[in-house]
Amino acid sequence: MIDFNLVPVLPEIFLAISAMGLLMVGAFHGHEVSRVLGWFSVGACFVALFLLTRIEWDSGVVLGGMVALTPFAAVLKLFVLLGLIAAIALSVRYLVQENMARFEYPVLILLSGVGMMLMLSAENMLMLYMGLELQSLPLYVLAAFRRTGLRSSEAGVKYFALGALSSGMLLFGVSLIYGATGALGFDAIGLAAAAAGAPIGLTVGMVFVLAGLAFKISAVPFHMWTPDVYQGAPSSTTALFAIVPKLAAMGLLIKLLFGPFYGLAVEWSQVIYFLSLGSMVVGAFAALVQENIKRLLAYSSIGNIGYALIGVAAASPEGVSATLLYMIIYMFMTAGVFAIVMSMRRGDLMVLQIKDLAGLSQTKPVLAYAMVVLMFSMSGIPPLAGFFGKLAVFQAAMGAEMYVLATLGVLTSVVAAYYYLRIIKVMFFDAPEDSFNDDIPLARHVVLGVSVAFVLFFILKPVWLMDFVEGASASLFLG
Amino acid sequence: MTFLPLVGAMFILLIRGDEASVARNARNMALFASGAVFIFAIYLFQNFNPADAGFQFVEKGGWLYSFGMSYHMGVDGISLFFILLSALLTPICILASWESVTKRVKEYMIAFLLLEALMIGTFSALDTILFYVFFEGVLIPMFLIIGVWGGARRIYASYKFFLYTLLGSVLMLLALLFLNIHAGTSDMTILMENPVAKNIQIWLWLAVFASFAVKMPMWPVHTWLPDAHVEAPTAGSVILAGVLLKMGGYGFLRFSLPMFPEASELFMPFVFGLSVIAIVYTSLVALVQEDMKKLIAYSSVAHMGFVTLGLFTATQQGVDGAVFQMISHGVISAALFLCVGVVYDRLHTRELSRYGGIVKNMPRYAVLFMIFMLGSVGLPGTSGFVGEFLSLLGAFQVSKLAAALAAIGLILGAAYMLLLYRKVVFGPADNKDAAAMPDVNLREIALLVPLAFLTIYLGVFPQVVMSRISPSVERLLTHYHSYSGRELPKIIDNDSELVIEEIHE
Repeated sequence: MIDFNLVPVLPEIFLAISAMGLLMVGAFHGHEVSRVLGWFSVGACFVALFLLTRIEWDSGVVLGGMVALTPFAAVLKLFVLLGLIAAIALSVRYLVQENMARFEYPVLILLSGVGMMLMLSAENMLMLYMGLELQSLPLYVLAAFRRTGLRSSEAGVKYFALGALSSGMLLFGVSLIYGATGALGFDAIGLAAAAAGAPIGLTVGMVFVLAGLAFKISAVPFHMWTPDVYQGAPSSTTALFAIVPKLAAMGLLIKLLFGPFYGLAVEWSQVIYFLSLGSMVVGAFAALVQENIKRLLAYSSIGNIGYALIGVAAASPEGVSATLLYMIIYMFMTAGVFAIVMSMRRGDLMVLQIKDLAGLSQTKPVLAYAMVVLMFSMSGIPPLAGFFGKLAVFQAAMGAEMYVLATLGVLTSVVAAYYYLRIIKVMFFDAPEDSFNDDIPLARHVVLGVSVAFVLFFILKPVWLMDFVEGASASLFLG
Repeated sequence: MTFLPLVGAMFILLIRGDEASVARNARNMALFASGAVFIFAIYLFQNFNPADAGFQFVEKGGWLYSFGMSYHMGVDGISLFFILLSALLTPICILASWESVTKRVKEYMIAFLLLEALMIGTFSALDTILFYVFFEGVLIPMFLIIGVWGGARRIYASYKFFLYTLLGSVLMLLALLFLNIHAGTSDMTILMENPVAKNIQIWLWLAVFASFAVKMPMWPVHTWLPDAHVEAPTAGSVILAGVLLKMGGYGFLRFSLPMFPEASELFMPFVFGLSVIAIVYTSLVALVQEDMKKLIAYSSVAHMGFVTLGLFTATQQGVDGAVFQMISHGVISAALFLCVGVVYDRLHTRELSRYGGIVKNMPRYAVLFMIFMLGSVGLPGTSGFVGEFLSLLGAFQVSKLAAALAAIGLILGAAYMLLLYRKVVFGPADNKDAAAMPDVNLREIALLVPLAFLTIYLGVFPQVVMSRISPSVERLLTHYHSYSGRELPKIIDNDSELVIEEIHE
């Protein structure tokens, strides 16, 4: 008998229906309503958020073993939804400014969000793959959303080609796993992996799956697409890329590694170790020479993924909660940074060189001070939130006796501090250039305000968020 | 207490209006807030019980439960004076920048109050991670102070300052995290009582040493200091020399000695070597400086050499002397930088050769400058003497060679300071503009006279400080020597006050 319990996927269903509804509205009314649709999709996300908080977070496996809502998935979905809200809110006005206000934009984001949430709930490899693809396909389109722009199209094509390759790898891995274990459900795979003498096909398959996911979180050496896509895509899309999908993909990675693949922890721990190391080093050193702020943020995101992966490599409950904490703090910081980046406009043009920020502290002091707080936080200086993320992952690494990784981690963080400082230097120490435009919409201020307030005041009550992520990671280790 | 300056900063943030009135209000508010902190610090001093060697005024609260970290603050005889020093120097800094800082006054004042909060936090934190948060947080306002309000090469200097210190500190962070996991707590009072095994101590000692040696700064990682000093605005230099350097020494006292006693004992010759090199080498470097601030900066490195020398002797006199030296150096070097600031405000150059013969037109300045100069030289009767003498006395009991070599530094110290004084204050008045400078005004007198008073007062009555430091140091050393395997050297006279009084006779 198939248990037809739809409650655990209620938020997803609601989002999917709203996306389609909004699509219909858009199709009939044309692009004039795109702003309204944008705000409606923010509303839809809020409703989904509300639904999520109302339903039970520990549903057990439903729908024929396909999905399950665990506290871990629920916490991640919560922040994914928050991220979507920020990303859509940031985009609405921006699209108007850039003459790209088309009604598909928020709809695509919503659909991608449905994909992210589904893959976080997945309990079966096929469900996972479907969620992942539903997440990725709208993102390819969004990257190429500036249809007339060469760079944007290039970004879209590049992202699509490489993304398809990684999906292929993941699917290949899944087929190997199926061949080795005869199962697609996470439970069955987990049993096979935990048993002594796990088949070699399972290990190889797992590595392919890992490679596919490493692409999604842009860990070195699967990071090549990141700088180009970040730079080429419209800034609102870049903001989305930076805020949400990585959190979801990281959640999925953790879910897989500590779920079905937990029996192979010895094997994957080494893989993650080197992914983490490579990301930290490449992220830190490559960012030093960047002139474009979006490229810089791309490398910075690679580096940050490296730090977050330290927690995964530790393969302990503390490590998982450290990674979650890190990713969530990073999400808040990035949202703020992009709110600022999207305000870098002179006349009708975006200006995205770092030197364009010169003298911002005099022309736009509020933006400049917000940026200072965010940059110091990104470089992990206490008492800002970014420090606590780093503290948590390094603590986890020390707990797992990975001293070399931790040492290299702190050393690269010093290198990374240099380029964050460079932004501060340009804003504060250099002579001012022309001011940016004044028309910064309210939504952007709100996102920026929330982000900066989070970063500044995290120290006062760090336990709130920490208890939350610890509860989430503990639920992973119950089974 | 720690957060009082922040309240002031908050008010300044809210000040609005036209530029001139904002600047005026920000100055007044900052002075008021830091003055209030100072009064509070005096109150703390009055209520401090010198007989109790442990921590007093302890506050405790939950913070990062899951990591075993808590909000734990307290004061003992050692940290008391560092807090007083921070509370004293901040209002002085704000007064010192009353006229010289004209752009972005509001932000400047906020930065200083923030700095004060972090400094006091550093000296009263009793949880390793909390300590680190304050210790490292200092970088943010200081980076901005040097970078925004500094001199011509300020960007280079602020980067160098930031990255040097950060590099040292992150290694310490790892050590602290390791300690936290290993011991299951980050409470400093517990960690101090229960040192870890010796082979672990060595690694942790090195990591922590990296951080404090940079902060101190010890040779050969001192090169950021001259740059930072030269480029920082006067008040920045004052705080840097007066308080921030002491964080290094304070760190040695709080971490290296009590938590890693066996490693400290093992590395003692190494530290002695570095200290002696610092004393002699940087004194020689100071001799050839043409820039007044650079000269004083190098002299700071040399004086800090005495501090590390004294600390790692782990004798009562040595450590007492080192702590005293830090406090006295905090007063004297701060005052010296203020003196430089006074003439810099008038002539806008720090070149020694541009001055000369100003004793004629600035007699009061010459007197004040002389007091500080002699204090820095370590003339008996000034506070500089007590610290250096006790440090050397302690060093002599442990290593005669190190003490003898360090004593050479004293002579060199006299040489470069007298040279500085002669070139600036005496000599022919060849430079017309220097000869036309007006004497110190009321505000500057208000800055310098209290410091001059302290320099002499502490030199004549060191027991005011000593009686409060000694019990805490004694407790620390008793603990230290129960691990070091070295007999606590027989102190000729258990009461160091008497020793000093003998010296003065």
